[in-house]
Amino acid sequence: MTAYTATVTVRLKSGVLDPEAQTTQRALERLGFELESLRSADVFEIDLEADSAEAAADRVEEMAERLLANPTIHDYEVAVAEA
Amino acid sequence: MIAVLQFGGSNCDRDAVQALASLGIEAERVWHEDGLPESVDGIVVPGGFSYGDYLRAGAMAARSPIMAEVREAADSGTPVLGICNGAQIGCESALTPGAFTTNESARFQCEHVHLRVENADTPWTAAYDEGDVIDLPIAHGEGRFEIEDGKLDELEADDRILFRYCAADGTVTDAANPNGSKGNVAGVTGEAGDHVAVLMPHPERATLADVGATDGAGILDGFEV
Repeated sequence: MTAYTATVTVRLKSGVLDPEAQTTQRALERLGFELESLRSADVFEIDLEADSAEAAADRVEEMAERLLANPTIHDYEVAVAEA
Repeated sequence: MIAVLQFGGSNCDRDAVQALASLGIEAERVWHEDGLPESVDGIVVPGGFSYGDYLRAGAMAARSPIMAEVREAADSGTPVLGICNGAQIGCESALTPGAFTTNESARFQCEHVHLRVENADTPWTAAYDEGDVIDLPIAHGEGRFEIEDGKLDELEADDRILFRYCAADGTVTDAANPNGSKGNVAGVTGEAGDHVAVLMPHPERATLADVGATDGAGILDGFEV
């Protein structure tokens, strides 16, 4: 078994409205910053033991499917690195 | 007996019991860890902020063991009504289609809305006629109905939209849409059939005349049918 850290990034599918990101962008603009657009995403870092990086990724993908992301509105990415 | 589920953070469970009692429908609160009683005639998943809305509103409660029992009961024909946080839980647990997410305004909104009855041929809307306009309160920060475009068309084709946000005269407009919901959708029926439904507005807060409005009584009467 090897220790891995998996990073799951959950973001809204393109085209799904993100009112919190829009509000954040307006706040940055109020502070005087210039920017074109802003998107937000949730990042989860998960430490786990697995036989291989692939096994770790499989387990974490299932976590994303079953809880961390909502497939109706989210896409997600999983990256695995040895801890 | 109607089981009104209670999660940590539920806060409309007592209102639901009281509103149902006023209609002569016996209801009891059921703590989620106790599981469903052996025989229930219906289930309310009430409003509130279960698990502090962690991750996404309804995400945690949807994956609690009692919701597996609720799914089983729904599949075998037990009426299930999800209200507000209960609607979010219903969608998160795939009892109903789509998702309820952050309001377009990014604000918590507590106000009265008008709803157009889209399908009067369900237990929840049998008290109304199609096209009727009712007045119910909303109180949510994550009530914007989102669903893939193709799936919204399917829901429309299958007559699964219960209510749409509308103007007082019943016209469905962007201006009357309080939260940016796709298709102005405020409530839909479930995957298991019309006996399962969710809606973001609060019928239990508009059932007792003492609290100001009674337009929601017809929805809760769905448990009598």
